[in-house]
Amino acid sequence: MSDSPSASYLPEHPPVTDWVNDFDHTDPVWTEDPFPIWETLRAASPVVHTERFLGCYMPTTYQAVKEIAYDTEHFSSRRVIVRDIRPEISARAPPITSDPPEHKPAKQVLLPPFTPDAMKRLEPRVRAICNELIDEFIADGGCDAAARYTKHIPVRAIAHMLGIPEKDGDLFIKWIHQILELGIKDDDQMMSGVREMTGYFMAHLEQRKLEPGNDLISQLMRAKGPDGQPLSDDHVLGSLRLLLIAGIDTTWSAIGSSLWHLARTPADRERLVSEPALMPSAIEEFLRAYSPVTMAREVMKETTISGCPVKSGNMVLLSFPAANRDPAMFPDADRVMIDRKENRHAAFGLGIHRCVGSNLARMEMTVAIEEWLKRIPDFRLDPAGKVTWSEGTVRGPRQLPVLFGKGS
Amino acid sequence: MSKLRIRVDQDKCQGHARCKSLAPELFELDEYGNAHEAGDGVVPAGLEDKAWLAQTNCPEIAIEVTEE
Repeated sequence: MSDSPSASYLPEHPPVTDWVNDFDHTDPVWTEDPFPIWETLRAASPVVHTERFLGCYMPTTYQAVKEIAYDTEHFSSRRVIVRDIRPEISARAPPITSDPPEHKPAKQVLLPPFTPDAMKRLEPRVRAICNELIDEFIADGGCDAAARYTKHIPVRAIAHMLGIPEKDGDLFIKWIHQILELGIKDDDQMMSGVREMTGYFMAHLEQRKLEPGNDLISQLMRAKGPDGQPLSDDHVLGSLRLLLIAGIDTTWSAIGSSLWHLARTPADRERLVSEPALMPSAIEEFLRAYSPVTMAREVMKETTISGCPVKSGNMVLLSFPAANRDPAMFPDADRVMIDRKENRHAAFGLGIHRCVGSNLARMEMTVAIEEWLKRIPDFRLDPAGKVTWSEGTVRGPRQLPVLFGKGS
Repeated sequence: MSKLRIRVDQDKCQGHARCKSLAPELFELDEYGNAHEAGDGVVPAGLEDKAWLAQTNCPEIAIEVTEE
């Protein structure tokens, strides 16, 4: 996603010298390796603050993250990305941007298509997608696994669910880059991405008004809101925006980080091949250790979190990834143990905003790793290449050059 | 040996479905993906470990296991 930093990225943020009082999750040092930074912040306080982003807190412990996630009275979800600016709220994406009482009905509409059983029906298509992708590069002896493999799986899976052409995936990837990465510092990019996406989906809505189908877009158009009436076009468009924004680079990142780990850890790779029953706990451990998604809240009323005062008018960087590395919650938190028994990780959030696509993400991760290991059981990072990581809200490898085989 | 009984607190469950994945015999999911204890919640002999595994992996701490 961050293949080419654009000129509109300016103004750049000054480099961070004091992480505890001036943290910045878009700083290149954080992007490259956030884990030691989180340790420093956690040692300083359960909640830290920065003047950047017009004022923003970050809970650093699992406990503080949980308190905020459960507290919808003091913390609103109306803004879910920490950015340099806070423009008027326009493009909503219910239910992720909804607070109670609007949240529950908006979420219930989306839940049935994403149950584990629904995902089982989608699984054969995802398995085929993975193999189609592997076919394209397996003869090359190596590849950029982020660009050639992990990037395309979630896009094609969600396109398949929505009943739109899988080949439109490149468009989605562009919009998401504009909204989630460039948009942190450049509102024009954000708005342009939102506009194009809305236009694209509006055309699909109009088409289905003439010819209703059984895909997810048609299901949403048929769904009834709490008032018994069909959802407005605006609501359907908002939810479609959400599915794309939340469903693509998140899982792309999660699969990529898992492969990155396996490329560097032959013992885990061999163990997964010889003990496939470990796959579920391995997937949960990858989700914990390399959680891709950091959310945000806006403080609406002054309160106290883990003993720390929190004032309204500030944003909150709700780092589920940092919570998942808290040693008070997870023994040996920085060690990846694919057979970890007790793992209440918060990669998909805690409380009412639990990720609606968590079952989809798990299925995609499982299938993507299984199919890769079946055909490429041995691989390693290409020493001549460079791994790069996405910036900001969703963390995962955007370049992942690997070589196939055991090597010398 | 004492008998185990499980109960899913519906106010706490958010549908992570970890329990269903770890102990499919002991839980059922509704149309929204939220979990409920299967039947009367009594854990059949031999499935005690799975009950505890589900309990210790629920992110919302929504599963109660009691010994009877």
